[in-house]
Amino acid sequence: MGEKAVPGKKKRNIESTGYFFVAPFVIAFIIFSVYPVLRTFYLSFTDYKGFGDAALTGGVNYLRVLQDKFFWRSLWNTAKIWSVNIVLQLGLALALTIVFSDIKYKIRGLAVFRALYYLPNLIAATSVAFLFKTLLDWRYGTLNQILVGSGAVGSPVNWLGSTATAPYVISVISAWMWFGNSFIMLMAGVQGISKDYFEAAAIDGAGRMKTFTRITLPLLKPIMLYVGITSLIGGLQMFDLPFLISGGTAGNPSGSTQTVVMYLYKFGFETNQVGYASAIAYVLFIIIFLFSALQFKVMYGRKKGGN
Amino acid sequence: MAAKAKKSILYIILILLAVICLMPFALMMVNATRSGSEIVHSFTLIPSNALAQNWETVSGYFDLFKGILNSLIVSVPATLLSSYFSAMAAYGLVMYKFKGNKFISGVIIIFMMIPGQLSMIGFYDLITKMHMIDTYWPLILPAIAAPGTVFFLRQYCEGALQPALIEAARMDGAKEIYIFHKIILPLMSPGIATMAIGAFIGSWNSYLIPLILLNTPEKFTLPVMIASLNASTDITANQGAIYLAVAISVIPILIVFAFCSKYIIGSISAGGVKE
Repeated sequence: MGEKAVPGKKKRNIESTGYFFVAPFVIAFIIFSVYPVLRTFYLSFTDYKGFGDAALTGGVNYLRVLQDKFFWRSLWNTAKIWSVNIVLQLGLALALTIVFSDIKYKIRGLAVFRALYYLPNLIAATSVAFLFKTLLDWRYGTLNQILVGSGAVGSPVNWLGSTATAPYVISVISAWMWFGNSFIMLMAGVQGISKDYFEAAAIDGAGRMKTFTRITLPLLKPIMLYVGITSLIGGLQMFDLPFLISGGTAGNPSGSTQTVVMYLYKFGFETNQVGYASAIAYVLFIIIFLFSALQFKVMYGRKKGGN
Repeated sequence: MAAKAKKSILYIILILLAVICLMPFALMMVNATRSGSEIVHSFTLIPSNALAQNWETVSGYFDLFKGILNSLIVSVPATLLSSYFSAMAAYGLVMYKFKGNKFISGVIIIFMMIPGQLSMIGFYDLITKMHMIDTYWPLILPAIAAPGTVFFLRQYCEGALQPALIEAARMDGAKEIYIFHKIILPLMSPGIATMAIGAFIGSWNSYLIPLILLNTPEKFTLPVMIASLNASTDITANQGAIYLAVAISVIPILIVFAFCSKYIIGSISAGGVKE
């Protein structure tokens, strides 16, 4: 029975080798993730300029953010661009999900369509931005050539130069980039729904509309919420596309495409008001964190409550 | 008959949508072969013969192959580091009951909710202090700590690994790290591949962080290089050259997608199937 003590001791040694396995991750995590988050928090209470000394200024930066109408404008722009995008993106994804999950139509080629619809999401935002910037050019762009040539519009539309169109052009491009992603997630959700439900509904004589509103939609609701909130969290950090399409942090025309992260970038890396930029980051941080917590609650809270 | 007609209309709409997804790429490829004046005057899907001329214009501004090489120098090591160390951490968290295990798992979840982009001020400050501005290290090393990947692989481990298997290997006297390398990694490889492709594409397409960290044009990664087109106003006079530059930047990702689309779509579906 002397043997029994040995495995026990050995067992404890084995369990502590876990530290060895997680150590690289934990060390890199503390340096590159935890420290920057805390450092940004500290800087948000200082007048740091990116060099020299940083003097503590209390909550001055935060008061300034709350009173800064350009900050609120950038938040409004971001929300506006995102909202139009999510309606298009999720609406299209939902429509496609209904079509592909219909047991009577039996649409084929899901794998091919799915891949094609997803393709725009893979391309770097920089490439997408330049592609559309060139295609949508007021005077020389291909889109205006098509529209004017076919007589759809009388004179070229200044897509990116007018405040009435520029933010929404970005919404449409974002939706174009992301609807395939949403579609794949919704489709995965539908494939998780047992076919029996649909067959039972068909036997009971439920029409297409009824099947959709009574079965598909309720069962997809959690996933739609997940997709929506994930998109909102990403959307609030929108930078590449509006920055490159409008050609800088000013968000031309007339600041209508200036997003929060563009505004933050302007102070952090152009005018060197690093302390103020940090406070902007934290205000956005808090907004995003609230949405993330909501999402987490939606995704995992219910499951825990059920058990 | 009516149902058949409806079905045909649906197919036409689906195909039309696919065309909308592909059209900008098709126009890009075609326009890359046309001269500036041709593009300005009309549009067509028939390629022209200005490819060589456009290429000359592009290479006059920057070395795209250098950009691709730079992007590879960043993305390949970042992908390998994130795959290896995330698998290691995930395995460690699942298989060993050490003190602090639960705490680390909790912190990972919290940090998944904190958007990394927003701590870029603190990150830039850190990199400045480490004297790593204008180097590739800050683009590569942080890949070691990828909370999202660890989270995914941890769930994967819980489903795919059997403790009995590991016990058996221990009985045979195998060292823990040997078990990880020879038994666990191969078992986890489908999950790792899924995450690796995502990590590679994310790193390859990343713009904001390289933009703030890299100063020397020769060191620019591909997206930063493409975006610097903005500054060089002469090139905007030649649209064909822009299309060609963008086309070249897109091709590597299209190749990856052609071979790995199953994994990519699988990884997104995994996000959709939440019990």
